[in-house]
Parts: sequence; C-alpha cells; structure tokens
Amino acid sequence: MELYDLIFYFFAIVTVVSAFMVVTSKNIVHAGFNLLFTFFGVAGIYVLLGADFIAVVQLLVYVGGILILLLFGIMLTNKITSVELRTGTAHIIPAVIGVGIFWGALTAIVAFKTDWVEVNTASTESTTIIGLGNLLLTDYVLIFELLGILLLVALIGAASFARREIEELKD
Amino acid sequence: MYDFLVDLIGNEIIAAFISAALPVVFIVPFVIFGVLMERKVAGHMQDRLGPMRVGYHGILQTVADFFKLLQKEDIVADGIDKKFFNFAPYLVFAGSYAVYAALPFSSKYIGADIDLGIFYIIAVSGLVVAGILMAGWTSNNKYSLYGALRSAAQIVSYEIPTALIILSMVMLTGTLSLAEMSEMQTAYFWNWNIFGGAEWSFTKLLLIPFMFAGFLLFYISSLAEVNRTPFDMPEAESELVGGYHTEYSGIKFSMFFLAEYANMFAVSALVSVLFFGGYHSPIGYVGNTLGLEALIPFEQVFWFAAKGIFFVFVQMWLRWTLPRVRVDQLMTICWKYLIPYAFLNLLIIGIITLI
Repeated sequence: MELYDLIFYFFAIVTVVSAFMVVTSKNIVHAGFNLLFTFFGVAGIYVLLGADFIAVVQLLVYVGGILILLLFGIMLTNKITSVELRTGTAHIIPAVIGVGIFWGALTAIVAFKTDWVEVNTASTESTTIIGLGNLLLTDYVLIFELLGILLLVALIGAASFARREIEELKD
Repeated sequence: MYDFLVDLIGNEIIAAFISAALPVVFIVPFVIFGVLMERKVAGHMQDRLGPMRVGYHGILQTVADFFKLLQKEDIVADGIDKKFFNFAPYLVFAGSYAVYAALPFSSKYIGADIDLGIFYIIAVSGLVVAGILMAGWTSNNKYSLYGALRSAAQIVSYEIPTALIILSMVMLTGTLSLAEMSEMQTAYFWNWNIFGGAEWSFTKLLLIPFMFAGFLLFYISSLAEVNRTPFDMPEAESELVGGYHTEYSGIKFSMFFLAEYANMFAVSALVSVLFFGGYHSPIGYVGNTLGLEALIPFEQVFWFAAKGIFFVFVQMWLRWTLPRVRVDQLMTICWKYLIPYAFLNLLIIGIITLI
C-alpha cells in the first residue's frame, strides 16, 4: 500500500463517518461539529485529486466561514441546543424510492454521459492557481465581475439590515 | 528534506511522518523557552526578577511546570459534553500545527513547499476557531462560552485586515509561496520587503512608507488573531476567569498553552517572511565567507528563529505595557480603522506596483 492510498482511505473514512454522524446526531451542535470533519475530509480528497486551490478554498469558505457562522447561529439561538431532533424515518418506502431514482439518475449521467479526460499524472502542474487566474480574468471575466457585484449587494444588504435594527432600538 | 529522508530510510510513509513531525522538535523547546521568557520579561518590566528558584536564575522553571502539569489530575466535570470536550484541545493544537507545514524554516526545510503557502495558512486558522468554539460550548459554562464567542468573533474579524495586507504583499511579490517570497529578499537587509523589496528603482523609495504602514497594520491584527494583550478579551481574567479553557486541567490545558505559543511564533514568523526577509540573514552568511556551503541552512534556521523570537518578544513587551481594550473598542479598531487603512494601503501598493 502506498502512502497516498493510506491518506486517501483516511480522508475517505473521516468524510463518510462524520457525514453519517451529522445526519444521525440528535444534538444539533454535535451535528455542526461533525460537519467540520466532513468539510475537512472533503478538502483532503480535493488535495489528492490535485485541486489544491479548491481544497484551500473549501477550508477557508466552509470551515472558516460557513461552519463558524452556523455554530454562532446555533449557539446564540435560545434553547435550540436542548431540542431533540427527530431523526427516525417516517416514510421509509417513499424515501427509498425517491433517493434511489435520484441516485440512479446521477450515477447513470456520471457513468455514461461524461467525457472522461485521461490526465497523465506525471505531467500535471504543481499548482492550479495560474491556470485558474488566467481563466477567471479572460474567459470568465464577466461572471467573475458579476459575482463580485452580487457579493457587494449582499454586503450592503446585510449592513442595511443591521443599521435598521439599531434605529428601531433608539425609538 | 522529505526526499533526503526517503533516500535515508527507504520508506515513503516513515519518511513522511518524520518530515511532518520535525516542527514539534522546534515547537516544544520554543514553548519551554517562551513561557520562561514571558515570565522573565514580565518580571523585569515590573521591576521584579521573575522565577529564580529552579536552576540558575530559574531557567528550568518551565520544565518543572511541565512535569507538574503532566502529573495533574485530568478533571472532567459533570454535565459537560465529554466526547468533544476531550477532543477540542487537540483540534486547536492541530490547527496551529498545520500552519507550520507551510513555514519555510530554511531553504532546505519547508514542511510542504506548496505554491499556495500563505493562502493555506489563512485557511487553516479556521480550524483553531472551530476548536475554540468547541472547547467553549462543550465546557457547559457561561464564562467558557463567552470566551469562545469573543475569541471566534475577534479572530474572524481580524482575519480581514490580515488578509488584505497579505494580499498587498502578494501583489508586490507576485507569488503565494512563502519560500519564493523569502528567496526574493535574499542577501542584505535593504532587500527586505519592508525596505521596498530587492528591486532597485524609483518605486522602491515610494514603497517604503506603505510597507511600514502595512507592517504595523499586519502586526496589530496578528496580535488580535493570537489573542494577545491588548486584545486578549477571550481570556480576560477579571471578567471571564480563564476564558474558553476555564474547565480544562492537566495535559489538555497544556495543549491550549502549547497552541497559544505555537501560534505566537507562527504569526511572528509570518511577519518576518512577509516583511523582514524570512530565513535570510541581514548581513550575509558565515558559510559563504568560509566557503562552507553546508553551514548555510543551519544559519538560515538560526536567523528564522531569531527573527521570530524577536517579534514574540515584542508581543510580550506590548503585553506588559498596554492595558486591555474593551470589546466594543476592539471591534471599532478592526472595522473602522484597520480595514479602511488596509484597503487604502492595498490600493496604493497596487498602483505603485503597476508603475
């Protein structure tokens, strides 16, 4: 067994086990903490796929941003931590059929419709940021700028929400 | 280093483990030395002597403390969330340790010479925040929870000015790799980024004031990121007992301690790589003068550690000089002063880089 196999199985087990814990955990904060390991494991698998930038962004956005926000939200919400989550299945047969169809369709598309590109592992570049940067500022520059505007709008919106509440408090 | 170990041992897995474990060999002695230094600096700044009993002038004090901490009972109070409570200190330490993977200790040793070095360092600090939140919440104690929430809010907010200054340095150097960034500032100290980088031109003079401003902004926000005074709100003793590690004792408490000192050195090393030449000597190498090439990597480790420890000393100096700020002042400093100045600095450095 090679080193990379060992690392892959480590991250794969971390991802799958913690994802299972997220959905079965009865305590919502535990689910949030377990989500950390899921994100971390997925980041590790991205690294093994050679997508270094995506892996770091995964850590930065999901662990450093979304997960922290989620935990803040849970912790600051009154009495949410003691709520027992209902995790037992109520309608097992419809659920199995629905998930089965969706999963089957996904697998079929992935297996038969995708053009798989064979990449020579020896010749791949050490980093993806140069190619990514070039693409973002040439072919996808419009989308990139639009996303920037979208984020700016979201930021202004958040600021205006916060401001309105302070004014209401003063009245 | 990893390739050398593979040749030496012949097994990839063992070589990878040894190569990954090397920063521990640095961190543990550094923490033992750092804690003593903290107490000695504190003592002398307050006109005391500091610890004097164990060894000559108390140099073995931390070693004794370490054994004391190891022997202490591992207290786990009732009503806490045992699984995550036990895990949190290790997660916090893992987050700070992960930063060391991308720090270039010398031209011959860097844990992982990834091209995303500094971006990776910003990203993994998220693990520390998650670990602190975990420690605070699972302690089931209001002081711990307040400490953890303050700490997380503080780190998340101060990441923005830090990232903006790092972005301006990335624009200047054109690389995200810390090893490459250090290599650009080679030879003498006037080539350091704080003196405008290695390129001799008109822009070098223009850059100097903005580099100093960037350094100050970065240093202030890095102080907040490692929860040091004047920004140590998360563990403000007078209001929060011990902050997020109130409930911890023995070895788990020492993991938090280890993580705190490891973090202090990591941000100081980052300051030295970004602005002060990283592992490069300011005055040339003895190895070059004597014609001994093999000596250079060791000298580089020395300079890297010396610069890092100097900035750790400045952190301690500030700790015993400045009073603690309030929570609202802390957020005001970040959002109303540091972030606009960092944006302005980014803009100006960008324009100068384009000239």
